[in-house]
Amino acid sequence: MPTIFATSCATRQKNREHDLDIKVNVREAKGDCSVVDLSGEIDVYTSPKLKDAVSNLIDRGVYNLVINLEKVRYIDSTGLGVLIGGLKRVREHGGSVNLVCTNPQIKKIFDITGLVMIFGIFDSEDAALKALV
Amino acid sequence: MNAQARHEAATDVVELRIPAKAEWVSIARLAVSAVASRLQFSIEEIEDVKLAVAEALVHAIARGGDRVDLLCESVSDGLRIRVRNFGGPVQPEAVNVVTADEGSAASLGIFLIRALVDSVDYDTRSDGGTDLVMFKRLPS
Repeated sequence: MPTIFATSCATRQKNREHDLDIKVNVREAKGDCSVVDLSGEIDVYTSPKLKDAVSNLIDRGVYNLVINLEKVRYIDSTGLGVLIGGLKRVREHGGSVNLVCTNPQIKKIFDITGLVMIFGIFDSEDAALKALV
Repeated sequence: MNAQARHEAATDVVELRIPAKAEWVSIARLAVSAVASRLQFSIEEIEDVKLAVAEALVHAIARGGDRVDLLCESVSDGLRIRVRNFGGPVQPEAVNVVTADEGSAASLGIFLIRALVDSVDYDTRSDGGTDLVMFKRLPS
Protein backbone atom coordinates (compact mmCIF):
# COMPACT_ATOMS: atom_id res chain seq x y z
CA MET A 1 0.00 0.00 0.00
CA PRO A 2 1.44 3.45 -0.87
CA THR A 3 2.58 5.36 2.19
CA ILE A 4 0.36 8.39 1.55
CA PHE A 5 -2.75 6.23 1.17
CA ALA A 6 -1.87 4.23 4.28
CA THR A 7 -1.37 7.44 6.27
CA SER A 8 -4.63 8.85 4.97
CA CYS A 9 -6.50 5.68 5.99
CA ALA A 10 -4.90 5.76 9.43
CA THR A 11 -5.87 9.42 9.90
CA ARG A 12 -9.43 8.77 8.80
CA GLN A 13 -9.64 5.79 11.12
CA LYS A 14 -8.35 7.92 14.01
CA ASN A 15 -10.84 10.68 13.24
CA ARG A 16 -13.73 8.25 13.07
CA GLU A 17 -12.79 6.68 16.38
CA HIS A 18 -12.63 10.17 17.84
CA ASP A 19 -16.05 11.04 16.42
CA LEU A 20 -17.71 8.08 18.07
CA ASP A 21 -15.75 8.28 21.30
CA ILE A 22 -16.11 10.40 24.39
CA LYS A 23 -13.61 12.77 25.97
CA VAL A 24 -13.70 13.27 29.71
CA ASN A 25 -11.88 16.12 31.44
CA VAL A 26 -12.12 16.72 35.18
CA ARG A 27 -11.19 20.02 36.81
CA GLU A 28 -11.60 21.53 40.25
CA ALA A 29 -13.91 24.46 40.85
CA LYS A 30 -14.54 26.71 43.82
CA GLY A 31 -16.20 25.42 46.95
CA ASP A 32 -15.10 21.77 46.86
CA CYS A 33 -16.86 21.23 43.55
CA SER A 34 -15.51 19.53 40.48
CA VAL A 35 -16.52 20.04 36.89
CA VAL A 36 -16.58 17.12 34.50
CA ASP A 37 -16.37 18.28 30.87
CA LEU A 38 -17.66 15.78 28.39
CA SER A 39 -17.53 15.82 24.61
CA GLY A 40 -18.59 13.28 22.03
CA GLU A 41 -21.11 10.49 22.34
CA ILE A 42 -22.13 8.72 25.56
CA ASP A 43 -23.41 5.27 24.77
CA VAL A 44 -23.19 1.67 25.90
CA TYR A 45 -19.57 1.47 24.75
CA THR A 46 -18.24 4.81 26.00
CA SER A 47 -20.23 5.26 29.23
CA PRO A 48 -17.82 3.13 31.34
CA LYS A 49 -15.26 5.91 30.81
CA LEU A 50 -17.68 8.42 32.31
CA LYS A 51 -18.57 6.02 35.11
CA ASP A 52 -14.88 5.65 36.02
CA ALA A 53 -14.37 9.42 36.11
CA VAL A 54 -17.42 10.03 38.30
CA SER A 55 -16.62 7.10 40.60
CA ASN A 56 -13.04 8.27 41.05
CA LEU A 57 -14.23 11.72 42.09
CA ILE A 58 -16.74 10.32 44.59
CA ASP A 59 -14.17 7.89 45.97
CA ARG A 60 -11.90 10.90 46.58
CA GLY A 61 -14.66 12.59 48.57
CA VAL A 62 -15.92 15.03 45.94
CA TYR A 63 -19.68 15.07 46.38
CA ASN A 64 -20.66 18.21 44.49
CA LEU A 65 -20.34 17.83 40.76
CA VAL A 66 -21.16 19.82 37.68
CA ILE A 67 -21.26 17.66 34.59
CA ASN A 68 -20.99 19.75 31.46
CA LEU A 69 -22.85 18.17 28.54
CA GLU A 70 -22.58 21.16 26.19
CA LYS A 71 -20.31 19.30 23.80
CA VAL A 72 -22.15 16.00 24.03
CA ARG A 73 -23.89 15.14 20.78
CA TYR A 74 -25.61 11.97 21.93
CA ILE A 75 -26.55 10.16 25.13
CA ASP A 76 -28.42 6.90 25.61
CA SER A 77 -29.93 5.12 28.60
CA THR A 78 -26.60 3.70 29.73
CA GLY A 79 -25.22 7.24 29.92
CA LEU A 80 -28.31 8.34 31.82
CA GLY A 81 -27.81 5.35 34.11
CA VAL A 82 -24.28 6.49 34.92
CA LEU A 83 -25.51 10.00 35.76
CA ILE A 84 -28.30 8.60 37.94
CA GLY A 85 -25.87 6.25 39.68
CA GLY A 86 -23.52 9.14 40.40
CA LEU A 87 -26.33 11.28 41.73
CA LYS A 88 -27.49 8.51 44.06
CA ARG A 89 -23.98 8.10 45.45
CA VAL A 90 -23.33 11.79 46.08
CA ARG A 91 -26.75 12.25 47.67
CA GLU A 92 -25.79 9.64 50.26
CA HIS A 93 -23.14 12.16 51.34
CA GLY A 94 -25.36 15.23 51.12
CA GLY A 95 -23.98 16.20 47.72
CA SER A 96 -25.54 16.93 44.38
CA VAL A 97 -25.00 16.72 40.62
CA ASN A 98 -25.93 19.62 38.36
CA LEU A 99 -25.84 19.37 34.61
CA VAL A 100 -25.03 21.94 31.96
CA CYS A 101 -27.01 21.21 28.84
CA THR A 102 -27.92 23.42 25.89
CA ASN A 103 -28.41 20.81 23.18
CA PRO A 104 -32.19 20.59 22.53
CA GLN A 105 -32.01 16.91 21.57
CA ILE A 106 -30.23 15.99 24.80
CA LYS A 107 -32.62 18.17 26.81
CA LYS A 108 -35.51 16.37 25.17
CA ILE A 109 -34.22 13.03 26.48
CA PHE A 110 -34.11 14.40 30.02
CA ASP A 111 -37.64 15.72 29.53
CA ILE A 112 -39.03 12.45 28.17
CA THR A 113 -37.55 10.38 30.96
CA GLY A 114 -38.59 12.80 33.67
CA LEU A 115 -34.99 13.25 34.75
CA VAL A 116 -35.47 17.04 34.61
CA MET A 117 -37.21 16.54 37.95
CA ILE A 118 -34.19 14.81 39.45
CA PHE A 119 -31.20 16.74 38.13
CA GLY A 120 -30.59 20.44 38.20
CA ILE A 121 -30.17 21.33 34.53
CA PHE A 122 -28.65 24.70 33.63
CA ASP A 123 -27.74 26.63 30.51
CA SER A 124 -24.32 27.67 31.77
CA GLU A 125 -21.56 26.31 33.96
CA ASP A 126 -21.64 29.42 36.15
CA ALA A 127 -25.33 28.91 36.90
CA ALA A 128 -24.79 25.22 37.61
CA LEU A 129 -21.93 25.99 40.01
CA LYS A 130 -23.81 28.78 41.76
CA ALA A 131 -26.70 26.42 42.41
CA LEU A 132 -24.32 23.94 44.04
CA VAL A 133 -22.43 26.18 46.44
CA MET B 1 -48.55 -1.19 15.78
CA ASN B 2 -51.42 -1.36 13.35
CA ALA B 3 -51.70 -4.46 11.20
CA GLN B 4 -50.94 -2.62 8.00
CA ALA B 5 -47.72 -1.11 9.29
CA ARG B 6 -46.66 -4.42 10.76
CA HIS B 7 -47.32 -6.66 7.79
CA GLU B 8 -47.06 -4.40 4.76
CA ALA B 9 -44.40 -5.54 2.34
CA ALA B 10 -41.41 -3.24 2.35
CA THR B 11 -40.48 -1.49 -0.88
CA ASP B 12 -36.83 -1.30 0.10
CA VAL B 13 -34.88 -3.08 2.81
CA VAL B 14 -31.49 -2.17 4.23
CA GLU B 15 -30.01 -4.89 6.39
CA LEU B 16 -27.04 -4.71 8.71
CA ARG B 17 -25.60 -7.54 10.75
CA ILE B 18 -23.36 -6.61 13.67
CA PRO B 19 -21.59 -8.63 16.33
CA ALA B 20 -23.51 -8.56 19.61
CA LYS B 21 -20.92 -6.24 21.14
CA ALA B 22 -21.27 -2.71 22.49
CA GLU B 23 -18.58 -1.26 20.22
CA TRP B 24 -20.68 -1.93 17.11
CA VAL B 25 -23.81 -0.09 18.23
CA SER B 26 -22.47 3.25 17.02
CA ILE B 27 -22.05 1.84 13.52
CA ALA B 28 -25.69 0.73 13.49
CA ARG B 29 -26.71 4.19 14.69
CA LEU B 30 -24.93 5.77 11.76
CA ALA B 31 -26.54 3.34 9.34
CA VAL B 32 -30.09 3.91 10.53
CA SER B 33 -29.51 7.67 10.52
CA ALA B 34 -28.53 7.47 6.88
CA VAL B 35 -31.60 5.41 6.01
CA ALA B 36 -33.96 7.77 7.86
CA SER B 37 -32.33 10.73 6.16
CA ARG B 38 -32.80 9.06 2.77
CA LEU B 39 -36.52 8.67 3.56
CA GLN B 40 -36.84 12.41 4.25
CA PHE B 41 -37.38 12.32 7.99
CA SER B 42 -36.58 15.60 9.73
CA ILE B 43 -33.39 16.01 11.73
CA GLU B 44 -35.30 15.68 14.99
CA GLU B 45 -37.06 12.53 13.78
CA ILE B 46 -33.76 11.06 12.65
CA GLU B 47 -32.35 11.64 16.14
CA ASP B 48 -35.43 9.92 17.61
CA VAL B 49 -35.01 6.89 15.36
CA LYS B 50 -31.29 6.74 16.02
CA LEU B 51 -31.77 6.64 19.78
CA ALA B 52 -34.66 4.18 19.64
CA VAL B 53 -32.64 1.79 17.49
CA ALA B 54 -29.59 2.10 19.72
CA GLU B 55 -31.71 1.30 22.76
CA ALA B 56 -33.19 -1.72 21.00
CA LEU B 57 -29.70 -2.90 20.08
CA VAL B 58 -28.49 -2.55 23.66
CA HIS B 59 -31.52 -4.53 24.76
CA ALA B 60 -30.80 -7.22 22.14
CA ILE B 61 -27.12 -7.45 23.06
CA ALA B 62 -28.09 -7.91 26.71
CA ARG B 63 -30.13 -10.97 25.68
CA GLY B 64 -26.92 -12.68 24.53
CA GLY B 65 -26.20 -14.47 21.28
CA ASP B 66 -23.36 -13.72 18.92
CA ARG B 67 -24.97 -11.24 16.56
CA VAL B 68 -27.81 -8.79 16.11
CA ASP B 69 -29.50 -8.08 12.79
CA LEU B 70 -30.96 -4.68 11.99
CA LEU B 71 -33.50 -4.46 9.17
CA CYS B 72 -34.65 -1.04 8.03
CA GLU B 73 -37.75 -1.48 5.90
CA SER B 74 -39.25 1.33 3.88
CA VAL B 75 -43.05 1.08 3.87
CA SER B 76 -45.62 3.39 2.35
CA ASP B 77 -46.04 5.75 5.27
CA GLY B 78 -42.83 5.37 7.20
CA LEU B 79 -39.91 3.29 8.37
CA ARG B 80 -40.28 -0.10 9.99
CA ILE B 81 -37.21 -1.25 11.89
CA ARG B 82 -36.67 -4.79 13.01
CA VAL B 83 -33.97 -5.57 15.58
CA ARG B 84 -33.43 -9.29 15.62
CA ASN B 85 -31.60 -10.92 18.51
CA PHE B 86 -30.31 -14.47 18.63
CA GLY B 87 -30.14 -14.83 22.39
CA GLY B 88 -32.95 -15.22 24.89
CA PRO B 89 -36.42 -13.81 24.42
CA VAL B 90 -37.28 -10.20 25.10
CA GLN B 91 -39.37 -10.10 28.26
CA PRO B 92 -42.88 -8.93 27.33
CA GLU B 93 -43.29 -7.23 30.68
CA ALA B 94 -40.16 -5.21 29.92
CA VAL B 95 -41.61 -4.07 26.60
CA ASN B 96 -44.73 -2.94 28.38
CA VAL B 97 -42.91 -0.74 30.85
CA VAL B 98 -44.63 2.64 30.70
CA THR B 99 -42.82 4.72 33.29
CA ALA B 100 -39.19 5.61 33.67
CA ASP B 101 -37.56 3.66 36.46
CA GLU B 102 -34.93 5.86 38.03
CA GLY B 103 -32.76 2.93 38.99
CA SER B 104 -32.68 0.97 35.79
CA ALA B 105 -30.99 1.90 32.54
CA ALA B 106 -32.70 -1.07 30.86
CA SER B 107 -36.12 0.21 31.87
CA LEU B 108 -35.15 3.68 30.71
CA GLY B 109 -34.12 2.21 27.39
CA ILE B 110 -37.47 0.56 26.77
CA PHE B 111 -39.25 3.66 28.00
CA LEU B 112 -37.29 5.77 25.51
CA ILE B 113 -38.06 3.42 22.62
CA ARG B 114 -41.76 3.67 23.32
CA ALA B 115 -41.57 7.44 23.57
CA LEU B 116 -39.52 8.03 20.42
CA VAL B 117 -41.26 5.85 17.82
CA ASP B 118 -44.91 5.54 16.91
CA SER B 119 -45.27 1.89 17.82
CA VAL B 120 -43.30 -1.00 19.27
CA ASP B 121 -44.02 -4.69 19.10
CA TYR B 122 -42.17 -7.95 19.36
CA ASP B 123 -42.26 -11.29 17.62
CA THR B 124 -40.83 -14.41 19.21
CA ARG B 125 -39.35 -16.66 16.55
CA SER B 126 -39.32 -20.44 16.54
CA ASP B 127 -35.53 -20.44 17.02
CA GLY B 128 -35.99 -18.77 20.42
CA GLY B 129 -34.78 -15.34 19.33
CA THR B 130 -36.94 -12.24 19.29
CA ASP B 131 -37.64 -9.47 16.81
CA LEU B 132 -38.27 -6.08 18.33
CA VAL B 133 -40.26 -4.23 15.66
CA MET B 134 -40.57 -0.45 15.68
CA PHE B 135 -42.42 1.86 13.35
CA LYS B 136 -41.79 5.54 12.73
CA ARG B 137 -44.36 7.32 10.64
CA LEU B 138 -43.34 9.90 8.08
CA PRO B 139 -45.08 13.25 8.63
CA SER B 140 -48.00 13.57 6.21
